Amino acid sequence: MSYFLTGKTGPWEIVVGLEVHAQVISRSKLFSGAATEFGAEPNSQVSFVDAGFPGMLPVLNRECVAQAVRTGLGLNAKINLVSRFDRKNYFYADLPQGYQISQFEHPIIGTGAIDIELDSGEIRTIGITRLHLEQDAGKSMHDQHPDKSLIDLNRSGVALMEIVSEPDMRSPEEAGAYLRKLRMILRYLGTCDGNMDEGSMRADVNVSVRKAGEAFRTRCEVKNVNSIRFVMQAIEAEALRQIDVWEAGAIVQQETRLFDPARGETRSMRSKEDAHDYRYFPEPDLLPLVLDQAWIEALRAELPELPDAKRARLIRDYGLTPYESAIFVQEQATADFFETVAQGRDAKQVANWMLGDFFAGLNRTGKTIETSPVSADDLGALLDLMTDATINGKIAKEVLEIMVDTGEKPAAIVESRGLRQVTDTGAIDAAIDQVIAANPDKLGEYQSGKEKLFGFFVGQVMKAMQGKGNPALVNAALKAKIG
Amino acid sequence: MNPLDWTIAEALDALAARRISAVELTEAHLSAISALNPRLNAFITETPELARAQAQEADAARAAGAAPKLSGIPLAIKDLFCTEGVRTTAGSKILDPFIPPYDSTVTAQLKAAGAITLGKANLDEFAMGSSNITSAYGQVENPWQRADGKPLAPGGSSGGSAAAVAARIAMGATGTDTGGSIRQPAAFTGIAGIKPTYGRCSRFGIVAFASSLDQAGPMARSTEDCAILLDAMSGFDPRDSTSAERAVPDFRAACARGVKGLRIGIPAEYRVDGMDPTIEKLWQAGIEWLQSAGATIVDISLPHTKFGLPVYYIVAPAEASSNLARYDGVRFGARVDGEDLIDLYERTRAAGFGAEVKRRIMIGTYVLSAGYYDAYYLRAQKIRALILHDFHTAFAQTTGVDAILTPTAPSAAFALGEKMDDPVTMYLNDVFTVPASLAGVPAMSIPAGLDQNGLPLGLQVIGRHFDEETVFAVAGALEAAAGFSALPALRGSALR
Repeated sequence: MSYFLTGKTGPWEIVVGLEVHAQVISRSKLFSGAATEFGAEPNSQVSFVDAGFPGMLPVLNRECVAQAVRTGLGLNAKINLVSRFDRKNYFYADLPQGYQISQFEHPIIGTGAIDIELDSGEIRTIGITRLHLEQDAGKSMHDQHPDKSLIDLNRSGVALMEIVSEPDMRSPEEAGAYLRKLRMILRYLGTCDGNMDEGSMRADVNVSVRKAGEAFRTRCEVKNVNSIRFVMQAIEAEALRQIDVWEAGAIVQQETRLFDPARGETRSMRSKEDAHDYRYFPEPDLLPLVLDQAWIEALRAELPELPDAKRARLIRDYGLTPYESAIFVQEQATADFFETVAQGRDAKQVANWMLGDFFAGLNRTGKTIETSPVSADDLGALLDLMTDATINGKIAKEVLEIMVDTGEKPAAIVESRGLRQVTDTGAIDAAIDQVIAANPDKLGEYQSGKEKLFGFFVGQVMKAMQGKGNPALVNAALKAKIG
Repeated sequence: MNPLDWTIAEALDALAARRISAVELTEAHLSAISALNPRLNAFITETPELARAQAQEADAARAAGAAPKLSGIPLAIKDLFCTEGVRTTAGSKILDPFIPPYDSTVTAQLKAAGAITLGKANLDEFAMGSSNITSAYGQVENPWQRADGKPLAPGGSSGGSAAAVAARIAMGATGTDTGGSIRQPAAFTGIAGIKPTYGRCSRFGIVAFASSLDQAGPMARSTEDCAILLDAMSGFDPRDSTSAERAVPDFRAACARGVKGLRIGIPAEYRVDGMDPTIEKLWQAGIEWLQSAGATIVDISLPHTKFGLPVYYIVAPAEASSNLARYDGVRFGARVDGEDLIDLYERTRAAGFGAEVKRRIMIGTYVLSAGYYDAYYLRAQKIRALILHDFHTAFAQTTGVDAILTPTAPSAAFALGEKMDDPVTMYLNDVFTVPASLAGVPAMSIPAGLDQNGLPLGLQVIGRHFDEETVFAVAGALEAAAGFSALPALRGSALR
C-alpha cells in the first residue's frame, strides 16, 4: 500500500534518504589510543592527538577498520580494497584540529542493501549508497556556565561510521523500519550499540516530496535526529511543510533544518548559501587504506548469523511462525535464549512460554533478557518439571512468577512450597468424594445429562487439592466415579 | 685546534680518548652562545641548565663505559621540534606560551643517543620563509659577512640552526625541510645539510607546516657529521603513519665510499636564465671533481622542473592552511578574547600570525575552496606526480643515473632587507630545492666554494628514494675535492 500525504492539490509522495552516524564499538578512538567509554568524567579520555596539539599525528585504529568491514559485510556491501581519508575543514570550538578526518571521495564501503519488512508483511529493499569512517567532534556545552561555553573532548576522535542510504524510502514507517533493521544488524555484528539516547546512533534525514511519477524535487536535510520516533515525526512534519510551500506556488529551497520535537516542526538552520565550504582534500598524515582480501575473508568467516538468516532458520528448524521468529530475532540474546531452552525440548511449547508468561514477567519487573533473573536453563528446568508431570501447567505459571521475582530455581520452589503435583489416587479419590458430597444438586444435573458440568467437577477437585492434582489422573478418577 | 672548530666526528674521538669532557665541551659552547647569540639571534630559547645536566650525565655514562653514540655532542634544536618541558614557539607568537609535555620522536632519539641540547634555534614562522625574517622572535644574522658590511640573511627556514652551526656555537643542529629549508640555509652559511627521503625521519612532535613535504634532517659542518646525526634521527616510528618501516643503513660508512663507477646526472632544466655565472662555474667544477673521482657524467632532463615552484606554492599552502587551523586560542598558546567564538578566532589569529603565514593560509584556503580546487590543488597534485615521474625516469635502475648534481640555490646569501618587498622574488630562492621535496627524494647541500664577495655557495646532490648512502658518497667525494675551508667572520672559535 503506497503512502501519500494529501494536500490541496491532491496526493504527494514523499522521498526519504537517511544518513546514519553510528558510533563504532572499539576500546580506543579512530586515530588515538584514548578510551571511548560512555559517561566518563569530562575531558578524562583525551590524548594529545584528540586535543589537536602541535606535532600530533593520527594513527589509524585497525579494530575500527575491522568494524567498518564487518558492517559492510553485514549490509551486503562492496568492500573497497583501497580507500582514503580526507580532511573536512571547518572551525568550531569542539573541533580541536580545525578539521575532521573523514572519507569523502573514496569510502571504505560501497553500495549495499538491506531488506525491511513493513507491518503489512511487505518486504522492501533499501539501497545503501556507502559507508565511510570518520572521527567524531567533541561536545560543546552552553548551559553549564552563565557566560562561558564548556567543551568536553571525550568524544573527540571517537570512530563513527556514516551509513548513507539511497533515497529509497517512501513513508515514515519505512524510515522507521529501516532504522530498526539497521540498528538490529549493527547490534548483531557488535559494531555499534545503537543507543540513540546516548547519541551513539544519530540520523540526518533527507526529505523531499513529489507528485506521482515525477523526478525528485529539491530536498532538505533535517540534521541530528536522535530517536526513531522523532525521525518518523520529522519526516511527516517536513514533508507537510514542503507541500505547503509548493502548493503556495513557492519553491522549496535546499537547506539544512532542525527538528523541534516539542513543537513537532522543523526550522531552518542554514541555507545553501550559508553552507560551509569544507575544503576537502586528501589527509596527508595518513597513507591510503589498503585492505587485504584474505583479511576481509577472515572477518567474513567470523561474522555472526544475521537477523534475516536467523529468522529463516528458526522457522525452518523449530517450526516457529514468522511472527514468533520475528520477535525472537529482534535481540540476539532473545534468540540465543530461545535456542538454549529449545535444545532437546518442544520448541513450540518453549516459544509459547517465552512469548507468554516469561516476557510478561520480565515486563512486570522491568527486566530485559540480559538482566533476566531466570536463566535459560532455569526456564528449561521448569518446562521439564511439567513434562515429567512433577507439576501441572497451572502450578508452572505460579512457579515462573516466583522465579522472576526471586531468581530461585524451579525445583527448589516446588519443593519448598510443596507444589509437587499429587498422583496419589487415594488422595484424589478422597477429594472427589468430598466434592460430590458437597454438591449433590450439581451431581444430579450432571447425571441427568448436563455433561458440561464435568468441567465444574474437575475445577472443584483441583481447587480442593490446591491445584496440585495431576489433571489426567483427576479426569480419569472423576470419570470412573460419576460416569 | 679550538674544540669549537671540531667536527662531531673529531669531538667524539676526543671525548672517547678523554681529551675533553662533555661538560667542558658544553661549557665552551654555552660561553660562545652567550657571546655571539645577542648579535646572531640564532637561538630563541637557550637551555644552559638542561645542557649542563645532560653533559654531566654524558660524562657519567662515559665513565661507566656506557656512552651512547652521540654522547656529549652539543646540538641546536630547530624550534619547530616539540621538546618536553622546554618552550616551543615555531617562530610564532600564536604558540607563546607553549611548553610541550612531550618530545618529538627525533629529539627524543637524539637525547637517547646522548646529545646535549643547547637550546631552540630560530626559524621562519612555522618554517615559512627562505630568509628567517618571518620569525616573530627577530631575524637571524648570517655569521658570514661581505665587504659592504651589511648584515646578511642566513637563509631559511632553518636559519637559526644554520647560523648556530656555522658560527661554531653548536656542533650540529636539527632542521626541517619542506621546500629547501635545510639545504638553502646550509648553502648560505657554508655548512652541510641533508633532507632525507620523505618518511626516513618521524614527523611526530614536529609542528606541521606541509605534511606531505615536511622532513627532518641534520645540519652540520661535514658530510660525515650529517651522516652521524641522521643515523640517530631516523628510523620507523609507529606514531607517524608516513614514516618508513625500513632498516637504517650505515650512513657514516657511505661517506667514504667514493663515486667510482657512479653515473651522475646533470639536469638541463636547472640551467636557468640569468643564472649567476659564479654559480654556473661552481657547478661545472663539481662536475669535473666527480669526473676525476671516477664518476660518469650524464646529461639528463627533468622536464617538469619549471612547474616545481608553482606546484609547491599551491600544495604547501593548502596543507598549511589546514594544519594551522588548530591555532585558534582555545586550548593552548595565545588567546585574544572576543565577543563570540568567531570574534575570538579572528582576533587571536590576526594578532598571533605574521604576514607571511597569513598570506599562505589565504593562498591555501583559496586553492582548496569550492570552484578552485580542480584548477589549483588537483592540477598541482597531477603535476607533482609528473615531477616524481621525472625523477623515477632519471633514476631508472639500469639506464638511469645514481645521483643528480645541481646548485643548491640561485644566489649566495643576500642582505637582510634585500629581496623582501616581493614575496615571489623570495619564493624563487627555492627553485632548485623544491623539486626534490615534491618528489620526496633525498637531497643534500654541501659547501663547495665562495662567490666573488667571499660568501659560501652550495652544491646539491639528489638521490633515489631511501638511497641516502649514495647521496653521502657523492657529497663526500665533492667535499674532499672542494676542500672548502673558509670560515665565517663571526664564530665562537674566533672570540677573544
